[in-house]
Amino acid sequence: MARRENPEINAGSMADIAFLLLIFFLVTTTMNVDSGVSKKLSEKPPPNYEPPIIKKKNIFEVNINRKNELMVEDERMQLKDLKEAAMKFIDNGGGVGKPGEDGTPGQPCDYCQGEKSESSSDHPNKAVISVQSDRGTEYGTYIAVQNELLKAYRELRDRLCRQRYNMSFTELEEAYKDDKNNEDLKKKVEDIKKAYPQIISDAEPTSAQ
Amino acid sequence: MSKFKKKKKGMPAVNTASLPDIVFMLLFFFMVTTTMRETELVIDSPRLPSATEVKKLEHKSLVSTIYVGKPKDEKYGTSYNRIQLNDKIATPEDIPAFIYNERSKRAEEEVPYMTTSIKADRESNVGVITDIRLKLRDVNALKISYSASKSSE
Repeated sequence: MARRENPEINAGSMADIAFLLLIFFLVTTTMNVDSGVSKKLSEKPPPNYEPPIIKKKNIFEVNINRKNELMVEDERMQLKDLKEAAMKFIDNGGGVGKPGEDGTPGQPCDYCQGEKSESSSDHPNKAVISVQSDRGTEYGTYIAVQNELLKAYRELRDRLCRQRYNMSFTELEEAYKDDKNNEDLKKKVEDIKKAYPQIISDAEPTSAQ
Repeated sequence: MSKFKKKKKGMPAVNTASLPDIVFMLLFFFMVTTTMRETELVIDSPRLPSATEVKKLEHKSLVSTIYVGKPKDEKYGTSYNRIQLNDKIATPEDIPAFIYNERSKRAEEEVPYMTTSIKADRESNVGVITDIRLKLRDVNALKISYSASKSSE
């Protein structure tokens, strides 16, 4: 009798099984990373809190009505013009900034390239952008407005960062993220953030009825 | 000499023995990157607004998500303003409890870094977002992120 060889297991269908699993995971995979417009809310004020008085010229008022139309500083505006207007307002630098925490008097803005007009903001760290929307405003419009305002800040920060450190603010932040312990980079990031702090406040929305 | 006679050969078949290896490699890649959705949506998947100035949400374990959109079930109405917490339709009044619950799942020192991500449909109203925001402020959950997809200009 002929000696039989041990029969090999047929592995031909292994690929089919693997493909089946592969397709299952391909279908169920969602690769999107969660991203969003981040925001820090202000803390709840104590009951008898009186808001500080801010000069009218230091407030940039953006109104969105329930038909998703934009009114900026009492004039109608298109969304695409909002960034320019906001940049002009923030970067005006018509007066002196907030006094320092150690009591030093406020300095005029020496890096601003705005018009230095009397009727617009004094200093980027005093310039407040107030967004007032209606309860009926669409969320998409609201986010678009926030986005334009953030873009204005981003552009100003980028410009200043190029001037001072020869790279854009985005690059600087990336570099800092990769090297969290680098004190030098940290100081640079904070310096730019302090020069153009993002002050966007949400006013209580008007109600429809 | 017949021993050295050349045999006539056809085209040799391509060796497919390593095909499973390749497929397995792909398989493992997708297995590792897959994230299964934890909560089932009872609202229609929100059509997120798009924005350019978005930041990636880091530390996924510290993110709690609030969904806002149109409920799938007609009995909750057809507006885009219903809130979903965990896997139920809720009202703004339920948000503090939701946040406390989320906090209790994390270590205490991680609580200040917790972020609330609001995934709202682009047709939702700002009113409901404001309600959520006020409730979040009441319980000191101050870091929020308006979920948006990144658009290139």
